[in-house]
Amino acid sequence: MTHKGKKAFLSGNAAIARGAWEAGIRFASAYPGTPSTEILEFLGKYDEIDAQWAVNEKTAMETVIGAAYAGARSICAQKHVGLNVAADPFFTASYTGINAALVIVTADDPGLHSSQNEQDNRNYARMAKMPMFEPSNSQEAKDMVKAAVKISEEYDTPVIIRTTTRISHSEGVVELGERENAPEREFERNMGKYCVLPAIAKKLHEKVEKRTSKLEELSNKSEFNRIEKGDKKLGIITSGVSYQHAKEVFPNASFLKIGMSWPFPSELFQKFAAMVENVIVIEENDPFLEMAVKAAGVECIGKEKIPACSELNPDIIYEALKDFAEAKAPKSAKLVSGVNIPVRPPVLCPGCPHRGVFYTLRKLNCTVTGDIGCYSLGALAPHNAMHSIVCMGASITNALGIEKAMKDKIHGKLVAVIGESTFMHSGMTGLLDTVYNKGRHVTIILDNSITAMTGHQPNPASGKTLKGEPAKVVNLEAVCKALGVDHVTCVDPFDLKQLEETIKTALADPEPSVVITKRPCFLLKSYKPKTYKVSINREKCVKCGMCMKLGCPALEINPEDGKTVINYALCVHCGLCAKVCRPGAITQATEEAK
Amino acid sequence: MTTTNILLCGVGGQGTLLASNLIADCAMKAGFDVKKSEIHGMAQRGGSVVSHVRFGESIASPIIRKGEADIVLSFEELEAIRWAEFLKPDGIVITNSQKILPMSVSAGSEKYPENIPEILSRSSIANICVDAIGKAIELGNQKCLNVVLLGVLAHKLPMIDSILWKESIKEKVPQKLLDLNLKAFDAGWALA
Ligand SMILES: Cc1ncc(C[n+]2csc(CCOP(=O)(O)OP(=O)(O)O)c2C)c(N)n1
Ligand code: SF4
Ligand code: SF4
Repeated sequence: MTHKGKKAFLSGNAAIARGAWEAGIRFASAYPGTPSTEILEFLGKYDEIDAQWAVNEKTAMETVIGAAYAGARSICAQKHVGLNVAADPFFTASYTGINAALVIVTADDPGLHSSQNEQDNRNYARMAKMPMFEPSNSQEAKDMVKAAVKISEEYDTPVIIRTTTRISHSEGVVELGERENAPEREFERNMGKYCVLPAIAKKLHEKVEKRTSKLEELSNKSEFNRIEKGDKKLGIITSGVSYQHAKEVFPNASFLKIGMSWPFPSELFQKFAAMVENVIVIEENDPFLEMAVKAAGVECIGKEKIPACSELNPDIIYEALKDFAEAKAPKSAKLVSGVNIPVRPPVLCPGCPHRGVFYTLRKLNCTVTGDIGCYSLGALAPHNAMHSIVCMGASITNALGIEKAMKDKIHGKLVAVIGESTFMHSGMTGLLDTVYNKGRHVTIILDNSITAMTGHQPNPASGKTLKGEPAKVVNLEAVCKALGVDHVTCVDPFDLKQLEETIKTALADPEPSVVITKRPCFLLKSYKPKTYKVSINREKCVKCGMCMKLGCPALEINPEDGKTVINYALCVHCGLCAKVCRPGAITQATEEAK
Repeated sequence: MTTTNILLCGVGGQGTLLASNLIADCAMKAGFDVKKSEIHGMAQRGGSVVSHVRFGESIASPIIRKGEADIVLSFEELEAIRWAEFLKPDGIVITNSQKILPMSVSAGSEKYPENIPEILSRSSIANICVDAIGKAIELGNQKCLNVVLLGVLAHKLPMIDSILWKESIKEKVPQKLLDLNLKAFDAGWALA
């Protein structure tokens, strides 16, 4: 995999992995999350890198910190909200510094393509006082990881690479390089560096402040912060993908292209500000650069024009700044008029093991605290079976809080639903809290034996590691029992009768109880259920609409007669609809289809 | 040198990602700077998906502006009208004649617009509607729909030498599906 000098077409994520490999990184750990997931998947393909899926972002962060202390150049990568989970070790690693390089990737999601919020993690750099790079294409993503490794060891600090969905998931041409052989570094006991007792941390904080001044000098002369001379009238300061969009709209303006965005290159900026008439800051979400510009006492156009919500693109930038004659107008598009175009939101797949659970919870009219995973779709029509979704792990503790507020009014109706990956990520502590504090809601763990939502990453319930090696399978039943839940029942979510009975029994239980639904995600290649053909006798269909409550994309209402039809291009013969069809119009064969 | 912008759209699972990979690869082989952007995430679960592919001498933004796409290559009819506003005034929509009903339509609460090619023409949008899915089924595997459509598209991209398409397919498609996909490309080429 050397191919020095060769060019490849890589996504930002692939380029980050390639940069890590070239920079001699030996260890990587992460918990999946869109848009950062593929970084670890690509890293896992390099024989020289020991890459692993962690149980959550905090354990990943702590593991890479340990590896960096012990002399292995390391990297971790998480989506923006993942860094919240890992924030505790993250902040203190800034104090201790490292031994071998540590690179921390945060992949933000402006535009919320696949996230629960739109936080701008550049703010973390300022708060943790860690240097940060913002690539604006795949080539830079690779180059910046290599620069980060160098700076990390030279300045004794972890370094942040901040990408966004449009960088992580866009592809561009990248020139490949060779792998550097990193020198071995010993791990020696050094209490004054690695043991953050208060008196020690006090000194370390002073060190961090000194380091910051030096990093600012570096930022002012960094090759990644550059002035591109152009029209003096317009001076645009920008970073990340916004730079590329701005170039489309203002091809002739002067640019201060920021690649190392913390510490802010104040001197370089002053030089730039003196060169141009108007300073415009173009950035997504928070006024991060804008605050630095204003702190430097320079007037600028920023968030009063450029939207803080959602991602930017050339059209949005043009709309915001079209008063400037220099803005390049788009061609006028022809619009399709006079037609209603139905939206196409994502749905649970045909054959999804989660479907029957939401059907049943809706039927039992439960109050449901939800969590994050494929099953979040249970909040949407036709399931409409969720009352809250906050963050990973919150289902169980949200339910505990609801019980505390509503007491008898909610007992016997309250259910928390959580996927097995999410349960292991941050649900186990909540369940212990529930037991300890005498909650009694039902927790349903949806065990499809994979982290499906983010694209099927193995986890401790899968029996496999990131590298494809066999691993011990967690016993979730035993875990719940050990946490103090006496009533734990496993059930097949395709057995709707048994599922309903089990949930009813659990709801009636005055003690906290857990129901584990066990069936693999239908898309797993290793899952090959037998096919018993499902068919519909349309004469018998009474248009009751029960089957449509399953929300299966393979079931359609024929607009002519209002009766159900099965779309065999999509049906996987899971049999669920046959189980809910009371008049017996939909049936399933008892012999395997040939 | 001018920039060529191609917007691919369809429904999760239809194979738009491989198609956009192949276009990008050919454009790179033809010596262009190339950028490509797509959103995965929820895409797998039947949502609407879109890829932007841009190539030329030097490409800045990975995103196509509205009104700037030379071609909108749609894998599904409804998606063709959803994304048509990206087309430039003299651009063309190429759509597969397949219809995949969104949930609201299959559940009977909304209607799937009728006669989409006519809707496009009525709005003065040049379009070609091809039965690529029919061809793919005829070839024995729905999955090669994407490569059938590439065959159709290839006609409209004279700046990419036709040899490059096959070269890319050979490199990017698994060995056991290679024969099928080479046939699919030829079938698409003949459809246009
Ligand atoms: C803190 C945090 N990390 C990662 C994610 C990304 N993410 C969303 S859901 C999910 C896991 C889903 O797995 P599971 O709970 O097993 O449900 P499934 O999708 O398999 O049904 C992940 C990793 C997130 N939203 N928040
Ligand atoms: S990917 Fe698996 S878990 Fe997710 S919706 Fe599809 S079948 Fe269900
Ligand atoms: S058997 Fe019924 S529920 Fe299952 S995939 Fe087919 S139509 Fe959908």
